[in-house]
Amino acid sequence: MEPVIELDGLEVRFGNRAILKQLRASLTGRAIGLLGPNGAGKSTLLNTLLGFHKPSAGTARIFGRDVRTHARDVRGLIGYMPENDSFISSMTGVRFVRLMAELAGLPPEHALERAHEAFFYVGLGEVRYRALGTYSLGMKQAAKLAQAIAHGPKLLFLDEPTNGLDPPARTRMIQLIQEIRDRGDLHLILSSHLLRDVEECCDQVLILKDGNVAAFCNLEEERRANRRFLEIETRGGVNGSFLEAIEKLGCETAAGVQGRVKLIMPDGLEVRQLYEIAAEQNVQIRRLNHKRDSLEDIFLKAMETGQQPAAAPPPAKAQAGDVEVPNGRL
Amino acid sequence: MAVYKKTYRPYDGALTASWRRFLVIPRYAFEDLHRSRFLTIFYIGSFIYPLICALIIWVQHNASALGLIGAQGANRLISINVTFFLNLIGWQSMLALFLASFVGPGQVSPDLANNALSLYLARPFSRVEYVLGKMSVLVILLSLMTWVPGLLLFGLQGYLDGWQWVHDNARLAWAMFFGAWIWILVLSLLALALSAWVKWKPAAGALMFGVFFVGAAFGAIVNGVQRTNWGYVFNISYVIGSVWVDLFEGVNKTTNGAVFFRAPQGEELPMWCSWAALAGLCGICLYMLARKIRGMEVVR
Repeated sequence: MEPVIELDGLEVRFGNRAILKQLRASLTGRAIGLLGPNGAGKSTLLNTLLGFHKPSAGTARIFGRDVRTHARDVRGLIGYMPENDSFISSMTGVRFVRLMAELAGLPPEHALERAHEAFFYVGLGEVRYRALGTYSLGMKQAAKLAQAIAHGPKLLFLDEPTNGLDPPARTRMIQLIQEIRDRGDLHLILSSHLLRDVEECCDQVLILKDGNVAAFCNLEEERRANRRFLEIETRGGVNGSFLEAIEKLGCETAAGVQGRVKLIMPDGLEVRQLYEIAAEQNVQIRRLNHKRDSLEDIFLKAMETGQQPAAAPPPAKAQAGDVEVPNGRL
Repeated sequence: MAVYKKTYRPYDGALTASWRRFLVIPRYAFEDLHRSRFLTIFYIGSFIYPLICALIIWVQHNASALGLIGAQGANRLISINVTFFLNLIGWQSMLALFLASFVGPGQVSPDLANNALSLYLARPFSRVEYVLGKMSVLVILLSLMTWVPGLLLFGLQGYLDGWQWVHDNARLAWAMFFGAWIWILVLSLLALALSAWVKWKPAAGALMFGVFFVGAAFGAIVNGVQRTNWGYVFNISYVIGSVWVDLFEGVNKTTNGAVFFRAPQGEELPMWCSWAALAGLCGICLYMLARKIRGMEVVR
């Protein structure tokens, strides 16, 4: 799979301060999350990919195009929803989105049509002729999303899209992002410090800490891999023969308190067979969970341990979905 | 596709040529300006003086019209010469300063006030194109006020007076065109630079005049205290006036500049000083724009 974003020793300095330090990664996911605490370098990374900051060393490529030498081409592929307020307050919503679509290269009549569509799509159809300055915070966020998608980008940068939204507005925003992702026409990069947003929308996560890649996680693979790790709860305690029977099937088990059992199922074993054995042993399974590391677990581990050294060697040929973190954790 | 279909779809249609995307900006700006009744009236009013000039040229060549009003021989009192065209450019350039003060501050400041600039520059659209787009609004408006009527009047005079007059006075046409362009460039850059740094529009407009009047006052103080003429380099109206005189007449000067833009005879600075002062002003404005027109402001 062609990498969406390749970071090749990317370093960005503001004065003497290194904000991004020798980042190396090859990201291929459809929806990629950028996670990190405030000040980790998430927005700086997005701004560098957009060409707003010049890398002091290394480079980055988007769909194979170098952001230093092909900045204009790269920006033609991107839709950008910034973190802060970004609008012209005296302009009506639809006119503003039309202007932005025209600047992206759409002919005026197409830009107008798509501006209307984008406004209806984000749920602002009824207020599209109101001046942007009169919009509520939630409406401004939606308008920012509208301008980011109106020109049909191949890659969407969403910088803290749920900032300041109340729960219903947040849910609506997440639904929109999921819908856009599931259409399959574009890739998206979601930068957030909210784990839940990233977990709900992304299949890959790049975790930054102090300008370094602290961890990379393919959530999709994580979900698949951990499907074999189960936690079951039985009624009235577990009897030894039930555990013996499932161990004979190749499961590793660990009995807990109050009838709880943690087990790892071998390949080829189906959950249905567990129920059959439980029925034979006269054991009632009251609850069964696929247990996996939550993104929070992964994030906290990365914050404790993960740190990419500043002087990292040049990357080997990157594999799809891999991130090279020398001496670090993946 | 109808607008009521609430779904996201990619765009696979044609794109406009990238070299003319900066023209999107003036198109939107003119739509906004057209909504201001004051500006529309002011702009229409700015053509009164060129119309009067056209009438004078026509009357000067029409003895029967003078006869009708009983002023036979009055055409000898009217001469269509350097002073006539210098005053036209001077008068129109003063109106251009007013217009730039009204229109200029509204160009960049609304984009900076709410960080819209990052959205412009996140597209295949450069900082240079942004500045060119914003400048073209002023360049088009001010051109229509200054050198366009000037050249039309020159053409009218040439048509009525004959080819020989055009040949003898070709320098006037060139000077009007080039001189007005210099003024337009200075005004546009100054208006955009002030608009980029002062987000409150009335303050930016007032500052535009301030640069002229404060500069002139400072220059006069320097001249008075130091008993020199070098203070004139801070006086923009003097500087542009002396450049115009040079363009219109060369070394054989017979006038002391245009109305509102006098360069008193006997107090001239070397021409290179005037050119350098204008170049310096443009350079400062460009630097101010380069500092502010960025996708993201970096706080170090």
